[in-house]
Amino acid sequence: MALSSFRDACPTVKNILLLDSEGKRVAVKYYSDDWPTNNSKLAFEKALFTKTMKTNARTEAEITMFDNYIIVYKFIQDLHFFVTGGDDENELILAAVLQGFFDSVALLLRNNVDKREALENLDLIFLCLDEIVERGMILETDANVIAGKVAVNSMDPAAPLSEQTISQALATAREHLTRTLFQ
Amino acid sequence: GGDLRLRNFVSPADRKRFSTSVFIPFSRKTLCSRDLEGSEAMAQPLVKKDDDRDDEAEYSPFMGIEKGAVLQEARVFNDPQLDPRRCSQVITKLLYLLNQGETFTKVEATEVFFAVTKLFQSRDVGLRRMLYLMIKELSPSADEVIIVTSSLMKDMNSKTDMYRANAIRVLCRITDGVLLTQIERYLKQAIVDKNPVVASAALVSGIHLLQTNPEVVKRWSNEVQEAVQSRAALVQFHALALLHQIRQNDRLAVSKLVTSLTRGTVRSPLAQCLLIRYTSQVIRESASNSQGDRPFYDFLEGCLRHKAEMVIFEAARAITELSGVTSRELTPAITVLQLFLSSSKPVLRFAAVRTLNKVAMTHPMAVTNCNIDMESLISDQNRSIATLAITTLLKTGNESSVDRLMKQITNFMSDIADEFKIVVVEAIRSLCLKFPLKYRALMNFLSNILREEGGFEYKKAIVDSIVILIRDIPDAKESGLLHLCEFIEDCEFTYLSTQILHFLGIEGPKTSDPSKYIRYIYNRVHLENATVRAAAVSTLAKFGAMVDALKPRVFVLLRRCLFDSDDEVRDRATLYLNTLGGDGEVVETDKDVKEFLFGALEIPLVNLETSLRNYVAAEEAFDINSVPKEVKSQPLAEKKAPGKKQPTGLGAPPAAPPSTVDAYEKLLSSIPELASLGKPFKSSAPTELTEAETEYAVNVVKHIYDRHVVFQYNCTNTIPEQLLEEVSVVVDSSDAEEFSFVLSKPLRSLPYDSPGQTFAVFEKPEGVPAVGKFSNTLKFIVKEVDPNTGEADEDGVDDEYQLEELEVVSADYMQKVGVSNFRNAWESLDADLERVDEYGLGPRESLAEAVNAVISLLGMQPCEGTEVVASNSRSHTCLLSGVFIGNVRVLARLQFGLTGPKEVAMKLAVKSEDIAVSDAIHEIVASG
Repeated sequence: MALSSFRDACPTVKNILLLDSEGKRVAVKYYSDDWPTNNSKLAFEKALFTKTMKTNARTEAEITMFDNYIIVYKFIQDLHFFVTGGDDENELILAAVLQGFFDSVALLLRNNVDKREALENLDLIFLCLDEIVERGMILETDANVIAGKVAVNSMDPAAPLSEQTISQALATAREHLTRTLFQ
Repeated sequence: GGDLRLRNFVSPADRKRFSTSVFIPFSRKTLCSRDLEGSEAMAQPLVKKDDDRDDEAEYSPFMGIEKGAVLQEARVFNDPQLDPRRCSQVITKLLYLLNQGETFTKVEATEVFFAVTKLFQSRDVGLRRMLYLMIKELSPSADEVIIVTSSLMKDMNSKTDMYRANAIRVLCRITDGVLLTQIERYLKQAIVDKNPVVASAALVSGIHLLQTNPEVVKRWSNEVQEAVQSRAALVQFHALALLHQIRQNDRLAVSKLVTSLTRGTVRSPLAQCLLIRYTSQVIRESASNSQGDRPFYDFLEGCLRHKAEMVIFEAARAITELSGVTSRELTPAITVLQLFLSSSKPVLRFAAVRTLNKVAMTHPMAVTNCNIDMESLISDQNRSIATLAITTLLKTGNESSVDRLMKQITNFMSDIADEFKIVVVEAIRSLCLKFPLKYRALMNFLSNILREEGGFEYKKAIVDSIVILIRDIPDAKESGLLHLCEFIEDCEFTYLSTQILHFLGIEGPKTSDPSKYIRYIYNRVHLENATVRAAAVSTLAKFGAMVDALKPRVFVLLRRCLFDSDDEVRDRATLYLNTLGGDGEVVETDKDVKEFLFGALEIPLVNLETSLRNYVAAEEAFDINSVPKEVKSQPLAEKKAPGKKQPTGLGAPPAAPPSTVDAYEKLLSSIPELASLGKPFKSSAPTELTEAETEYAVNVVKHIYDRHVVFQYNCTNTIPEQLLEEVSVVVDSSDAEEFSFVLSKPLRSLPYDSPGQTFAVFEKPEGVPAVGKFSNTLKFIVKEVDPNTGEADEDGVDDEYQLEELEVVSADYMQKVGVSNFRNAWESLDADLERVDEYGLGPRESLAEAVNAVISLLGMQPCEGTEVVASNSRSHTCLLSGVFIGNVRVLARLQFGLTGPKEVAMKLAVKSEDIAVSDAIHEIVASG
């Protein structure tokens, strides 16, 4: 009890957002009741997008404080990645979540990271979000592990032989998975 | 341009058809092994788009998507021959709709849910995964959950790790208590599963389930403890988080956990961060015996050498937040934070500068070593970092560096947003209070930025700062007032203009040459809107009332205002001319007139508003003395409001929320026995007399009258199978000698879950703040209620229920009534009404704790934010105000100081309208 009043006993993610270059949703996931309605969520996204759109968050992740939240973010092409935490959260933990999300999306989209590719593979993005955070609790931040877990699921037992490349990819991903876990 | 025209030729209908037909995401099929090799390949964020892409920049596979059509498509889930790829696409579309904020009606959601459950028949791995996602998003109701339970339980025992992990997450998300006991056995197994993903899924689910089913999850301790030793990093993290939450209310257990883990090796950086947080908690709770080395400090310091930055930072931050941290303890933490300041990563710089900024508030000297790095951050591209750097420098800077800093800041101000400017202005204000000799430079800076463009909040912050400097630095008064005068010459904010005019009226007449302000004020009467004109008229009148030499000139100006187009302005002018003697010779204005015209309105506006509303509806004449003066405490909801602490510069005291006073008054006056007592002087906040979640919930409100005390017991019966009758509280007042029992007002009947009140009335000597303890027993007749018919039995049984003691304390005789200007109020009371004495308060947890203890002992209203004690300060002054029983105004000035390691001494000066009350306050403190 004493700890919860002082600081969340456990690092907590409030939301993860993937917006396009106009601030529109590509995929978003909220883990907190701070935004109870869709309108309050949209308002937050709009304000955050407007506040950050002019910054250069392309080589390194950037960070801002806004509405008593800490938000780390990174842009690539026409995609804007955001991770939000409480104002008392360890910034570097949030940054690790962002990096995990950003890199695993890049792995899954074969480095062709843009809005169109993201929308065409939206199922992968949703699965990716699902593997990173569960109801605010961080599940995994290692991009190789996250992408590995998502890619496992896209295995299609009925896939013809000509698609063998995917099996190779999955083998590599699994190898990564085990290596990361047991290193 | 040609491309654009070409695209316009494609009709929307064509495009829609196009987009749905090519929806299948092919790209993953070409996923090749090279791409998953590692992240090096990704280090080219600005990859040029392919040309053919640009042609279809607006292309989206979801263009023109409609909920109705997708719901139709979901029928494929019912096909006897399932097409996994097609089904996955439809689920993606459904998820897309939900993600965009679309909602399904109850019927639609149910239909989709039932259709989706059919997909368990498919053995396609990818489809199964989408199916899990979909079920979680639909959050099915209890009766729907049953449909998927057996399928999910089967997956939970599958040989495929991915199935097990996901089925656990889904089941735990949608489960209820009953189901949980059925699957508990599997979850315990899963926690120690050799596959880390499965173990993590079970552990994280446990963390969430602990909120709803703590008794179940607590039984998993052994397995969780085993998982803490896991070699998989994330499993360790999740297990540690769960183990701590299971034990968080058991200090000893947490302490043991920390002791054993800080000795061993925690592998995961995230788990290490957790351990640092738990260690800080243990340190905080064992802080009392703080002689010699602090326990666990070595562990925290060791973490500063960890290889993960997040751990280093967590440890550094934990050290800076240790209570009573010494400079020796701080040094290593400051050193690593200083290194972060020059990192290439903005996140690291931000984290470090934000932490140092906080340290600078309490230990400015410890941060001065970083000043050079801080100065280079002023030009940081990230303006949040730059602002934090500036404000840190303002806190750590010494007197000689002020001028140089101000120069840098002036350049900086032009290219940051208002919100950052406000932070800087506030930092400059405190700097000025710290170095009053430097007021000239700082006041100049403030007046310069006041002239520049800016929004209301920003301008208000500047004006507030100038006002505070004027109040606290006598030398700054005249120049500050003139800056404000110049500002209102061209001020677009009516609120600020009126507030400044009001302030001028108070401070202007006390200056050496009041006449020079008249021109600025009268200009407002010519040039402004009616609100500002009315305010200017009042300010003019104040000058007239206070400075006799100015009276003739002021009267001339006021007479001109009689022809104003606005009636408020004319009315004010008429009122002032008549009361100040504008038609006769110049005489000194009577004290009563001044008080009537310009005295503070010592009634909360909200209370006045309520009384006036009642007056409009009533027949009786309005009596301002009948308006309650009590300030109600802020409701809890206020706490979550964005933490913008408004400075107490200009402006009214915080508005009080609607009070419960009226509700009490209505209730009391509706009972004849109580109505005859008159109006209560004060009603306390409710005090619980029962533990939470007992059979009967009772709390008490104490209503204090001149000669009586009424206890109002609010009772709730929480047992559906019972009806209580003839409910009363038997009060034993043998420990309260000055009170004698008068009557008790029982409650006829107390059905389940519908609260009722019973009262007990005691008499006490008139006007005397008598104190005492009362023990209470709830007495009633209990009757069984048939849960089916809701009918109560004929026969009841007498029963009793022991309640907690209640106490009448001195604070009950004090109303929390604030004053808008403490110093003025203090000076308005004669010096011979003052009583001063010193007290040793003995060993205390902290200065802040001592201050709060005295405030609550006296039950008075803290003024001007003086209830807040800066952490680590060694002395503190607190200003209190209140009205004591008998309607006697009381002011208290409390000076606290630390005399030993934890010894607190207090000097208490009390002034009140009645010297006997001043003595009484000292008696309260002496006996408290």
